[in-house]
Amino acid sequence: MTTPTTTTAPSRWERLRDSYLWYSFKRDRTAQLCFAVFICLVIAAFSAPLLAPTNPYDLAQIDIMSSELPPFWVEGADERFGLGTDAQGRDLLSIILYGTRVSLLIGFGAVILQALLGVTFGLMAGYLGGRVDAFLMRLADIQLSFSTLMVAIVVGAVVKATMGSAFYSQYAVLMLVLIIGLAEWPQYARTVRASVLAEKNKEYVDAARVMGLRSKRIMFRHVLPNTMSPIFVISTVQIANAIISEAALSFLGLGMPETHPSLGSLIKAGFDYIQSGSWWITLIPGAVLIVLVLSINLLGDWLRDVMNPRLYKG
Amino acid sequence: MALLEVSHLDVRFALRQGEVRALRDINFTLERGERLGIVGESGAGKSVAAFSLLNLIAKPGYIAGGSIKFEGQTLNTMSERGLRKVRGNRISMIFQDPMMTLNPVLSIGEQMVECLKAHRRISTKEARAISLDKLRQVQIPSPETRLDQYPHELSGGMRQRIIIAIALLLDPDIIIADEPTTALDVTIQAEIMALLLELCEQHNVGLILITHDLGVVSQVTQRMLVMYAGRVIEQGLTREIINDPQHPYTQGLINALPQMATPGEKLNQIRGSMPSLSNLPSGCAFHPRCDFINRADGQPRPACTQQVPEFVESGNCRVACHMVAEMLEDRRLKEETR
Amino acid sequence: MIAFLIKRLMHAVLVMFVISVLAFAIQDNLGDPVQQMVGQSVPESEREAIRERLGLNDSFLVQYVRFAKNAVQGDFGDSYFYREPALEVIARHLPATLELVFAATLIIVIFSVPIGVYSAIKPRSPLSRLFMGASIIGISIPVFLTAILLIQIFSIGITITLFPESTSWGAWLNGLLSTEGNMPSFGRGYNLVHVVGHWDTNLATWNGLQHLVLPAVSLASIMLPLFIRLIRAEMMEVLQSEYVKYARAKGISMRRVYFVHALKNTMLPVITVGGVQIGTMVAYTILTETVFQWPGMGLMFLDAINRADIPLIVTYLMIVGVIFVVTNTIVDLIYGFVNPTVKLTGKPA
Repeated sequence: MTTPTTTTAPSRWERLRDSYLWYSFKRDRTAQLCFAVFICLVIAAFSAPLLAPTNPYDLAQIDIMSSELPPFWVEGADERFGLGTDAQGRDLLSIILYGTRVSLLIGFGAVILQALLGVTFGLMAGYLGGRVDAFLMRLADIQLSFSTLMVAIVVGAVVKATMGSAFYSQYAVLMLVLIIGLAEWPQYARTVRASVLAEKNKEYVDAARVMGLRSKRIMFRHVLPNTMSPIFVISTVQIANAIISEAALSFLGLGMPETHPSLGSLIKAGFDYIQSGSWWITLIPGAVLIVLVLSINLLGDWLRDVMNPRLYKG
Repeated sequence: MALLEVSHLDVRFALRQGEVRALRDINFTLERGERLGIVGESGAGKSVAAFSLLNLIAKPGYIAGGSIKFEGQTLNTMSERGLRKVRGNRISMIFQDPMMTLNPVLSIGEQMVECLKAHRRISTKEARAISLDKLRQVQIPSPETRLDQYPHELSGGMRQRIIIAIALLLDPDIIIADEPTTALDVTIQAEIMALLLELCEQHNVGLILITHDLGVVSQVTQRMLVMYAGRVIEQGLTREIINDPQHPYTQGLINALPQMATPGEKLNQIRGSMPSLSNLPSGCAFHPRCDFINRADGQPRPACTQQVPEFVESGNCRVACHMVAEMLEDRRLKEETR
Repeated sequence: MIAFLIKRLMHAVLVMFVISVLAFAIQDNLGDPVQQMVGQSVPESEREAIRERLGLNDSFLVQYVRFAKNAVQGDFGDSYFYREPALEVIARHLPATLELVFAATLIIVIFSVPIGVYSAIKPRSPLSRLFMGASIIGISIPVFLTAILLIQIFSIGITITLFPESTSWGAWLNGLLSTEGNMPSFGRGYNLVHVVGHWDTNLATWNGLQHLVLPAVSLASIMLPLFIRLIRAEMMEVLQSEYVKYARAKGISMRRVYFVHALKNTMLPVITVGGVQIGTMVAYTILTETVFQWPGMGLMFLDAINRADIPLIVTYLMIVGVIFVVTNTIVDLIYGFVNPTVKLTGKPA
């Protein structure tokens, strides 16, 4: 049914885009460094069970006697724990590796959900126009002006109060993905809508309509591929934002429990000990979080410069 | 000494892909009260020429060589401070699109008064009085109310009248008008042009009119330059060039005018399009589009594709074309042998 | 102007209606006032009687109307924890948060405009690059981490012994990098000055200001780089515009071109974004106040969540809604005054 041109055209277009991407990537030191750091963190986090010296989820391996040990360069360090231990005696390196994995999982998961919701709603708003558009965009505006973090905190608080702490902790990963995903869809919807509106009046869409294709098909097969570059650019920023949101929620106690911590809950747990001088419990996970987010943000900046899409100005 | 004397002006843009030469070897003079036309397709470098006269080229563009002398002062080496005293005061500009030229968040009055105050030590009250007087001169309806209005409240034609009024505010010696009527409705183009011409004559202001409209140039200006791909290819008295164009490109432009077409037939257009400045053809930049590239014997003229043509004098005009040079040479040889 | 106000008012009513329905739905589903009133020991039949008396068995709509009627009169019910009207509790915590937000906004406005403008005018200068680099780092550090870092550096203090302490230059460098850490990082301090009603201010005493510094800087830390980048981007775009070129061609001074012609146009989108960011600011007060134990609305809200103090949560949401609607109206008004194309009818003329 699909004519050869409709399937090959986007891929050729993408190849072209890729080649220019690659060209500017080769010239940009910052982008290379950030990409390397990001990939290293992702690989380290997802191979945590292999890399980590101990399994922090295994209570048998934890010894409360060896709690609050400093990292190796500080006096009083224990050679078994390179980055020291936290207040429960867990190896900080291991728990950071596991925690980064949790943070990344939630970050990616939430962004996938945001993108699915946002792209669908954005396409609908932009392509169908009229009342659908007005309703969706009004909703997006209200949600955005309340700030996504505020929405996430409120939803998190309400869900936690309804379901109870124990239930919330058990399904925390899922909950956070849902909450952050639901809170941030307007970003995607607005961006997609803006580029759909720009694409909509171009001739190829008219041509597809004249050929009698259904709107759903036109939207997903014809319009969507042409809105990919802004989606791509905001996705990087959104991953960084999702990781920050997760950390913020966890820091407020609305996220991952301390038994199964993300970077945010590690920072929260460590914060209680900062006044007693055990700064490493909170600042080392904090540093990892900053490096992770910073590398994603710098990559996003670079992508924005390279692709230069028409982003929705809010 | 001419009022304005431009010699060997060379403007370049330092782009990431390398240098692009936007203007090469531009020479002309303008006397007090004289009107000069600069003609060419879009992309020929007309606007760059206009901006470079006041040293207003934005980075990455810069003036790479030559000089612009105004009353004997070299503008292109002058300090920013000195230039500011010339800009808007002795030489003022009219931009192409009146919808974009006026600042949307400042009132008309503010934009007129600030210009006067930048160049003269006068009170706001006096400045407003002068502004009002100029608004009357440009025949804007109910000028009193205009000072406190904002650009979005006025039509394009009215805005261009205001811009003409601003151009005349300080009784300049020269006005540079960059396509002053292109963005307007066809119906008011002639009106605005007539107003500009009348005010220039009345105040004895020199006018540099940049346009792609040969019709306007022939009616308004005394001398003209024809530009192609950053170079002047023909310059001289407007009357002579219009009546007897030498360069094939100028001929093409004149033939392309609607009034030159025979009813019922297609308009005569020049085939092809202007090359990009970063990728100019070798030799004469016009040769891929030129109908006269072949000699009388049917063989292509090698110079056209290999050598950049020099200027030759032909009557009161200067033309940069190998074909014209060859014809003149032939004529001279014939006269000598006779 | 009147048309504008009516339009805004209708918008405000709509937003408040949506918030109140949501808030009421939360209260309806989560709170069991009967349990709060009588405790566990009372038999079911008696509870049912109380429920009936309180109207808890009425339909959702009837209960909502009652809720809304009370809310309009300022009656949001009593906080479970404080055992006093929720609005009263909020009123006690509001000034602390407002002062914090005020101080942070001041920091943002004072620094973002000059830095943003400078780095737009001179995009290639080393200082601009420094600002841009610092701003992307600033955006990448979550508010609560900035707060923790500030506490570590300025409140707890850090001792650096990277260089040999025995040599004089080493000791000097160590001393240079180390911090004493005597900035207060907990609460609002002891000598607040009473102004009026519930409002005790931090702004009147040296000790109060000291307590305010770290929380305010933390709260500003993520918005400031955001606005610097926004102002820079908008300004650079405006500087490319025809009217800026024209202003230069008129021979007016560059200072006037930058600060009158360009900046005024730059501020239009910045004001719009500023309006949107007010909500984010409120969310960040929760984080900042938690770290610094700042006794404002944010900390109170988080405590209320942990205590399942439903009336207080609901009241907080309603009050935040009001704050949000009011500030957005103010932002729109400012926008209307700066932008002559908006005739304050809500529609561009």
